Amino acid sequence: MPELKTTFAGIESPNPFWLASAPPTDKAYNVNRAFEAGWGGVVWKTLGEDGPPIVNVNGPRYAALHGKDRSVIGFNNIELITDRPLQINLEEIAQVKKDWPDRGLVVSLMVPCTEEAWKAVLTRVEDTGADGVELNFGCPHGMSERGMGAAVGQVPEYVEMVTAWCKDFSELPVIVKLTPNVTSIRPPACAAQRGGADAVSLINTISSVMSVDLDSFSVTPTIDRNGTHGGYCGPAVKPIALHMVSDIARDPDCAGLPISAIGGISNWRDAAEFILLGAGNVQVCTAAMTHGFKIIDDMVDGLARYLDDRQIESVEQAIGKAVPSLTDWQHLNLNYTAKAQIDQNLCIQCGRCHIACEDASHQAISATQNGSRHYEVIEKECVGCNLCVTVCPIEDCLTLRILDNEIDQRTNQMIRADDKLNWTAHPNNPMAAPGK
Amino acid sequence: MDIIATATNGASGVVSGRLPEEDCRRNFCEMHSPLEPNAARVEAERCYFCFDAPCIEACPTEIDIPGFIRMMSNHNPVGAAGLIFQENIMGGTCARACPVETLCEHACVRNQPDDRPVSIGLLQRYAVDQAMDQPASFFTRGAPSGKSVAVVGAGPAGLACAHRLAVLGHSVCIYEHRPKSGGLNEYGLAAYKMLDNFAQKEAQFITSIGGIEIEHGKRFGRDFDLRDLHRRHDAVFLSMGLGLTRTLGIPGEEAVGVEDAVDFISTLRQADQLSSLALGKRIVVIGGGMTAIDIAVQARLLGAEEVTIVYRGGPQKMKASIEEQEFAKIRGVIIRFWGQPICVQHEDGRVTGIEFSSTDRTLQADRADNFTIEADTVFRAIGQMPRLPDDDAGSFTLQDGRFVVDKERRTSQVGVWAGGDCIADGEDLTVSAVQDGKLAAISIDQYLSKSKAGES
Repeated sequence: MPELKTTFAGIESPNPFWLASAPPTDKAYNVNRAFEAGWGGVVWKTLGEDGPPIVNVNGPRYAALHGKDRSVIGFNNIELITDRPLQINLEEIAQVKKDWPDRGLVVSLMVPCTEEAWKAVLTRVEDTGADGVELNFGCPHGMSERGMGAAVGQVPEYVEMVTAWCKDFSELPVIVKLTPNVTSIRPPACAAQRGGADAVSLINTISSVMSVDLDSFSVTPTIDRNGTHGGYCGPAVKPIALHMVSDIARDPDCAGLPISAIGGISNWRDAAEFILLGAGNVQVCTAAMTHGFKIIDDMVDGLARYLDDRQIESVEQAIGKAVPSLTDWQHLNLNYTAKAQIDQNLCIQCGRCHIACEDASHQAISATQNGSRHYEVIEKECVGCNLCVTVCPIEDCLTLRILDNEIDQRTNQMIRADDKLNWTAHPNNPMAAPGK
Repeated sequence: MDIIATATNGASGVVSGRLPEEDCRRNFCEMHSPLEPNAARVEAERCYFCFDAPCIEACPTEIDIPGFIRMMSNHNPVGAAGLIFQENIMGGTCARACPVETLCEHACVRNQPDDRPVSIGLLQRYAVDQAMDQPASFFTRGAPSGKSVAVVGAGPAGLACAHRLAVLGHSVCIYEHRPKSGGLNEYGLAAYKMLDNFAQKEAQFITSIGGIEIEHGKRFGRDFDLRDLHRRHDAVFLSMGLGLTRTLGIPGEEAVGVEDAVDFISTLRQADQLSSLALGKRIVVIGGGMTAIDIAVQARLLGAEEVTIVYRGGPQKMKASIEEQEFAKIRGVIIRFWGQPICVQHEDGRVTGIEFSSTDRTLQADRADNFTIEADTVFRAIGQMPRLPDDDAGSFTLQDGRFVVDKERRTSQVGVWAGGDCIADGEDLTVSAVQDGKLAAISIDQYLSKSKAGES
């Protein structure tokens, strides 16, 4: 079987699956259970500076966007960093690392933006024997009002400055956790690299208002008739996280910066996608919170089989394999022509493709033939948009067929696979390079 | 539904108290348990919301099924019920009694990939039950038109017609010979399909719109005739159902113990104490429709030891669907195909058995022997005929004694519409009767507004 063991930012772990800094990693009890279940590493829930412990709300701190079958599609929280005394956390971290020397143990940190504060906490973390630190510049709620978390992550100069302090004060690998609540993820990522970060991790949660209670006119989760914005995560944020991870992976300005991917990773397939888009390992939270630690079995087994089936010998070898596929719109081949096709043997005649195309697209699927229900693609109208494929409830019933050596019925143009044309050279583009 | 028939009183002959009352009650529990809220949401989510959905086409009343399911999945069951009632004011009974496996659920596209359709019947029931549990006004009576319509029979067709006419502003007088409204919903459907006095609740719900008067104890042809109706009203809707049960026409049929299934079911439906019903030990049911299944299953649930349905054709030809046949078999009913009754055997005037000839033409002549089944009771469930007053029968175009109607449910006589079981090609279903009533009401309304225009 392929090698799942990874070395990320110099930190070894038996597999690339870490638990993200969050409630499942707040105590030795949970972390021990996670390691017993087989997790490769954890990022301990964020520690703050020494002093009176953080106070959390005592009402609901989580809320979810549910599917109709009550599956958790999106999840948000208004919980703050650990509310346990610093000393207890540090003692537990030291003990856990001693008990599980082969696992990755990284400590997440968030203290006020002063050199003294960071220096003080880093010294004490180093004493635990932990493998590294993760700087929490991501949480968008609560702590950001106090000038920490996302308030730092949204200012590249601060990101660089604090990262540099941490590299100065500590020998430990420094992972910078980025907030997605920015216009572009590239400036904070590059800032982290300039500050000397060994890696970045992303995404932290997205600012969100989960829902409104239609009876009480209050936002949820509701604390005594009020609510506040929280941090959004879970399967729903995965596409956003994929975009941001890949944006960093293909940015020449931060080339080679290791990425620990976070954001809606629920199974091995999600993990594989992030790795292919440039992640060196992955961090999981919501899936573990909603299903427990045992999901690691499927993740490890599924990823190993996937790599094995493709003769990829290690996670290392898979990293970034899909990055070259990502480009700007202007470089897409505009001669590439697809047409929808319906497998009539699989079609159950629900007509969803027809109504979607009829009302929202190009009127390219007919609904009847000789007066009875029958759905057929009208090739001279079809633009290959994929809407019908998306709404078809039967897998592989509606697919796209790629034209080659064939006339496109819609445009009457001959389509050849090797005849490529993108926007930079397109005749309709006034900026097109002449002669191209 | 558990059957506790093992504890049955094994006395021979026709006796009451075959099962203790509490066992009877337990046996006559819900045929399909209603959905719990979460199950309803999950089931609603299974709907693909098809374009031009096949289930709508398969529903005789053309309920917007994907439409109401969408409302249900969006936490709007009362809105869903409203959508159902728009097309079918008896959505509650239909959700309980429709053979959905041959109608909407048969057409569901999910039969193909999943081998299991969306449970449309149960979803409809969930929506309607929620709506009927809370006072929600779905319809208001239209401005009075000054027109009066006579409806004969307060069954599904009659009530549906009356309701739609009331919505359109007409006054309705229903003439019903039985003491309660509801027709076969009250007197004919199997008891386990219509628990908790549902037929009465529904009739109450329908007539609460106002403008509908019901005169009970008035029988067509005995207490009034068509001329009376024409004199008193501006239009007439005939929906008196069927009154005469067909006979077997074989020797011995007059013996004590040969009964009409519909009569027994009607008695059962009105019984306060199910255990008080006198019931045979060995029962033979002749017929192949829903009534045959209903009487056979109910006889088993009341504690009859051996119940055999004998049908002259094969399983595919049987009007009761394969699902209904299975439903009966699981409850211990024996179904024998290819048997034609030829003689009722009796002693001292009481049934002792019934002899059949084989109708199975695939058998060798020497194997196609007659057979006899011992029985103390024989139920006829071979269909019914309308009971038309002789004076009026001659003035209509009839087919097999039933009214021939057009698409709008107009009979051959101007000003007279008909629907439900008393029309030719009737489907023998509550849902079809409701559609007849609805279509007739719309047609009557057009007729009345034309005559109004003519008057002015």
